Amino acid sequence: MVELYQTQRAMRNIRRAALQRGVIGILDIGTSKIACLVLRVDSNGTFRATDGVGPMAGQVNFRVIGAASTRSRGMRRGEIETMAETERAIRTVVAAAQKVAGVRIDHVIACLSGGRPASYGLAGEITLASGQVGEHDVALVLAACETPDFGRGREVLHAQPVNFAVDNRTNLADPRDHLGNKLFCDMHVLTVDGDVIGNLVQCIRRCDLELAGIASAPYASARASLVEDEQELGAACIDFGGGGTGVSVFIKKHMIFSDHVPIGGNLITQDIAQGLRVSLPVAERLKTLNGGVEATGRDDHDMIDVGSDTSEWEADRRHVSRADVIGIMRPRVEEILESAREVLDAAGFDYMPSQQIVLTGGGSQIPGLDGLAARILGPNVRCGRPLRIDGLAHQLTDPSFSSAVGLALFAAHPQDEWWDFEMPADRYPARSLRRAYRWFKNNW
Amino acid sequence: MPVVIDHRPGKQVTPQPRQRRDPAPSRLQYRLERMWLTPLYRRILRVGIPAFVLAMVAGLWLADEDRRALLRDGLNSVVQKVQSREEFQVRTMAIEGASPVVEKALRAMLPVDLPASSFDIDLAALRLQVMQLDAVETIDLRIKPGGILSAQVVERKPAILWRHSRGIEILDDTGHRVASVTSREVRPELPLISGEGADLVTEEALALFDAAGPILPRVRGLVRRGERRWDLVLDFGQRIMLPEKGALVALEAAIALHRAEDMLGRDIVSVDLRDPSRPVLRLGIDARNTIREARGLPLLGPDGNVLPDNEG
Repeated sequence: MVELYQTQRAMRNIRRAALQRGVIGILDIGTSKIACLVLRVDSNGTFRATDGVGPMAGQVNFRVIGAASTRSRGMRRGEIETMAETERAIRTVVAAAQKVAGVRIDHVIACLSGGRPASYGLAGEITLASGQVGEHDVALVLAACETPDFGRGREVLHAQPVNFAVDNRTNLADPRDHLGNKLFCDMHVLTVDGDVIGNLVQCIRRCDLELAGIASAPYASARASLVEDEQELGAACIDFGGGGTGVSVFIKKHMIFSDHVPIGGNLITQDIAQGLRVSLPVAERLKTLNGGVEATGRDDHDMIDVGSDTSEWEADRRHVSRADVIGIMRPRVEEILESAREVLDAAGFDYMPSQQIVLTGGGSQIPGLDGLAARILGPNVRCGRPLRIDGLAHQLTDPSFSSAVGLALFAAHPQDEWWDFEMPADRYPARSLRRAYRWFKNNW
Repeated sequence: MPVVIDHRPGKQVTPQPRQRRDPAPSRLQYRLERMWLTPLYRRILRVGIPAFVLAMVAGLWLADEDRRALLRDGLNSVVQKVQSREEFQVRTMAIEGASPVVEKALRAMLPVDLPASSFDIDLAALRLQVMQLDAVETIDLRIKPGGILSAQVVERKPAILWRHSRGIEILDDTGHRVASVTSREVRPELPLISGEGADLVTEEALALFDAAGPILPRVRGLVRRGERRWDLVLDFGQRIMLPEKGALVALEAAIALHRAEDMLGRDIVSVDLRDPSRPVLRLGIDARNTIREARGLPLLGPDGNVLPDNEG
C-alpha cells in the first residue's frame, strides 16, 4: 500500500504542476474511439460562466481549446491488445488535438474501462486520543481500513473516503474538529489489473506524454452525465461502450460501486455482420444508421441495400429489412441490459433510496433503448448526455464523449482520494527524517 | 505513322484497391510537430534563425572595406541626385520690409551662393543668425514655390537716443539697441536720455517726454540718476529733479506751476520734486543777489560765495 501511495501522490503532484502550467490533456482511450481534449485551466479565475455553462458542477474554470477523436486501434474490451497500434492511435489523436489547440500538451489524464475492475467497501475505525478529530486522525482512520486480499497483480485505481462517522454521528463529509471518542470511515476502493494499467502507462509514455492521473471510465462518465441531484440522492450510470458496458453507482456524490460487463457495441456489430453476412464496416453502418430495438410494422417495408464487393450480382445486390437488423440487435441489447441488471443486483442497487438509472455512452443512442431499459432495469431510466463544458464543439457533446467530459471534470475538480491526505507517521519507513518531522508536527 | 497497327484490346487494368495511408503520424513527425508547438523552438525558428541569417549575410558582405565605401558612395550619390533636382533649387531671395543696410547684411549672411538646393539652406539657423542683428525685430523666412527664398523683415523703430560713456545709441521703444550714431545731430528729432541704466526704463522716459509737451522745445534731455530716478534737463542749465515713484505726476505738477506762474522762465537753477509733498526751488545767483541787494546784504559771486566787500 505504501508503494501505491507514493505513486499516486507522484501522479497527483504531476497533475498539480500541469494545472499550474494551465494546459492539460484528456485522453479517453475506448475500444471503438479515442478522444483527446486539450484543456486550458484558468488558475486566476478570469473565465466567466457563459450560456448554459454554469459554475454549478465546477465546469467553469477550464475551457476546451482543442479536441479531436479518432477510430481506436489495437484495443479489445477496454484493454490494450496491440501496443504499437494503440500508440499510433494515441499519436494521431494527440497530434490532431494539439494542432487545433496550437499548444503542446505534456501531461495527460487517461481513463481505463477494462481491466476487470473490482470494487470493495472498506471500513476503518480508530479511537481518538485527543477527543477531537484532527488532520492526522483522518489519515490514520483511512490507513486503519482493513484491506482484504485484492489478489495478485491488482492495483488500486480509486480509494475514496465515502463517509465518516464520529461516535454515533454518521454521514459526515468532513469530520475535522468534531468532538468524540471514535472515528469511523467507509472507503470505496476500486482495483484493476495492474498489467493493464502498466500497458496503458507504457503506451502513453511512448508518445512522450506524462501521465497525470488515471480514472476509471465508468466513474468519469458518471461524473459527466449524472446531474448533481442524482449524484446526491443515488443513481446508477450505465455506460454503453464499444468493448464493454461500465456500471457505476453513486450516492452522496461518491461512487460506491463500479463494475464492467465485457459485452459492448462491438458485439452487436459482430452479430449483424454474422447474421446478415456483411462486412464489419457495413454492419457498423447498418447499426448506427438503421439500428433500433423496437420493431414496428413499418420496419418490414423499410428495405436497406447491403452491398459488398464480391463481384457476384447475387451477393452484391441484397436487401435486408430494418426489422431484420432490429431482430438481430435486440437480443444482444437485452443481454447487455440483463448483465447490467445482474451487476446492479449484486451491488444491492434495489436497496438504494433512489433508483435512478442513466444510460450514456455511444450505445445509448440506439433508438428505443430507454423503453427497453425501463422494462429490464426499472422505471426511472433516462438517456444522459454529458454536462456542457466551455469550448467543446457541438459534435463532441453526444453521449459517447461523456467519459472524456467526465475526465475533464475529474482533472479540474478531483474528489478526495486516500492519498490526498498525509500519510500517518507509522507508515513511513522506519528511521526516516520525515517520520520524525511528522511525529513532531502531530504531537506538538 | 507506324507500319504495324496493333488492334488487340488493351491490357485489362484491374483497379487495385487503393492502399489507405496510415493516418497516424510517424514517431519522428509526431516529435517534430510537438517540438514546433513548443514556444521556445517556435520563436527560435521563426524569428531567431531568419534574423541571424540576415545579419550574417549583411555582416559578411559589409566586412570588406571597398564594398562599404561603394555602398556609402552609392547612397550619397542618390541623396545628392535627389537634392539637386530642379524642383528643389532656390534661385532668388526676396526681402520685404528691410532698409537697404539690413537687406545688404541679410544677403551677406546667406551661407550659400544662389542658386542652391533648398536642402543646403538651414532656415532655422539662418533665422537665428539674422535675429542677432539689432535692427531686426522679427523675420519670417520661408522657401516659396518657384525657388524663392522669401524673407519678411520687421525692423525695429528708432524711438530714443541714449548717450552713455561709450557713445550714442539709438534705442527702440522697448529699450533695445537699434544702431549707434556718431553725434546727436544725426537724429535731432529723437529725444535724448543719458546715464547708466537709462535703456532699461525707456518706456517711462518716453512717457515723460510726452508729458513735457509745453516745455518740450526747451528740453535738452533726461538724465538717469543712480539708476533709480530721472532729472529733466532744460536749456540754460535748468533741471527738474523728479522722484523715483510718480515721476509723471510730479512732472505734470511742475508744468502746471510753470503755466500758472511762468516758473521756469524765472532765474531758477533747479526744481527739486524728489519729495512730492515739499517741492524745493533753487534760485540762480542773479535772483539771490537781487534779493540780497534789496536786503542790504553782501552780494554773492558766481561760485556762490559771499564777495569781499570791495567798496570799503
